[in-house]
Amino acid sequence: MTYDGKLRVWRGDETGGELRDYTVQVNEGEVVLDVIHRLQATQAGDLAVRWNCKAGKCGSCSAEINGKPRLMCLTRMGTFAEDEVVTITPMRTFPVIRDLVTDVSYNYEKAAALPGFEPRPRDADGQHRMQQIDVERSQEFRKCIECFLCQDVCHVVRDHEDNKKVYAGPRFLMRLAELDMHPLDTFDRRKVAQDNMGLGMCNITKCCSEVCPEGIHITDNALIPMKERVVDRKYDPLTWLGAKIGRRPHP
Amino acid sequence: MTTITPAPVPHAEGTGAPGRATIAARHLRTDRWWLQPLITVAVLVSFIIYSTIRAFENAHYFAEPYISPFYSPCIVDACEGNSFPKLFDGPSFISPALYILVIPLGFRLTCYYYRKAYYRSFWMSPPACAVAEPHKKYTGETRVPLIGNNVHRYFFYAGLVFNAILTYDAVLAFRNAEGEWGHMGLGTLVFLLNATLLWLYSLSCHSCRHIMGGRLNSFSRHPLRYKGWTLVSKLNGSHMKYAWVSLFGVALTDLYVRLLATNAFSDPRFF
Repeated sequence: MTYDGKLRVWRGDETGGELRDYTVQVNEGEVVLDVIHRLQATQAGDLAVRWNCKAGKCGSCSAEINGKPRLMCLTRMGTFAEDEVVTITPMRTFPVIRDLVTDVSYNYEKAAALPGFEPRPRDADGQHRMQQIDVERSQEFRKCIECFLCQDVCHVVRDHEDNKKVYAGPRFLMRLAELDMHPLDTFDRRKVAQDNMGLGMCNITKCCSEVCPEGIHITDNALIPMKERVVDRKYDPLTWLGAKIGRRPHP
Repeated sequence: MTTITPAPVPHAEGTGAPGRATIAARHLRTDRWWLQPLITVAVLVSFIIYSTIRAFENAHYFAEPYISPFYSPCIVDACEGNSFPKLFDGPSFISPALYILVIPLGFRLTCYYYRKAYYRSFWMSPPACAVAEPHKKYTGETRVPLIGNNVHRYFFYAGLVFNAILTYDAVLAFRNAEGEWGHMGLGTLVFLLNATLLWLYSLSCHSCRHIMGGRLNSFSRHPLRYKGWTLVSKLNGSHMKYAWVSLFGVALTDLYVRLLATNAFSDPRFF
């Protein structure tokens, strides 16, 4: 079944822009990215949109659809009423380059600032050994496709530009948690998480988990466990004392 | 094609910061994003009003063999029939509930789920995902008083003591009004359900999950703790549900005792 869909797309660049209305043919089973491509092919040849796999695995086509951060390739047009105006804007947390394309350099800068993996020495036979149950917890975080929707929706930086200097965002706090939980890693990331990456800024309102297209439980499985680890180090006098007298070494 | 001319951007911060797409609207969501925070406010405010009235009422909290969870343990000598020992000799004009409720209140106030609920619904930080918050500055949980939420695990420990006390109360509910064992009424079921819900809420807590095994990096070296962590992790998936249901459970159990204590209702006895 085909119908004329009503799109409202943000057009512009860093100097300014506006929402423009378009009417575009929509076919059954199509996703928003399909319709954006048809708009580009038939009416707006200069429309800038970043995309790659069209399968929810590359994390390129992040945008905001009717105000919600989503991947355009995973948002079916069938979820909207046929007479509904579907508003598509670039991610509103990052500087816009043009139309639906944003400059996500902030994320790469934060990634570069993270302390890397520091494994313990290899076993005598030159191998690293660990068991599946030791790594399966952090394997969930490896599903991340770096679409940066969690970074986009996080109000800490979305609503407060200044916080970008001191806050790494859920994606990179999750990366810290992943490394801190790793059975082979030796670096204690709790201090970095709290003092350099702004973990204390997170108020666990779970928007990052809500928008994650991979369904990663970012808040429950990464951010809160990392906050609890920081409590061990910084706010829990008993754990602190246990570590001081050697009864509770870092696990 | 028509063009929507943008209104002047009202604020230079947040989504209106220089360089970002110029969109004047605070949000572009078309769904009923306000419904969830509204319901949260309505329910929590109702509970706060009810529990405040009951805490200051300082009466109608005991009906043999039941004692309201708001007033348990009975730390003064007001429990009819001296069923409970007198543990405390504070000023009689201060309701004992005010001493007791500090721990459960602290546990819920610092709970990771309730934090999400009240940050969103009361403080609107943010009111919903991708809906701009009204505050100009934001420091999260890095300063007093919100940094105090990091003591959650201590309220968790203290809360376990209260769970044990309320479980004891549920066991005492297998007596009749004369203190004889082997009896049961509707109130017994109410008390058992309340204690069960409180245990589920406490054991599904994120701090409990961390203490049980979350702090470990090598589960294979701690198989028992891994099993415990796995179990708590399963419960943790429903922590929000247990947080709400146990809140209703406590209030309804208190209401049940009040109805009995004021003779508005008589406890149906099974045997």
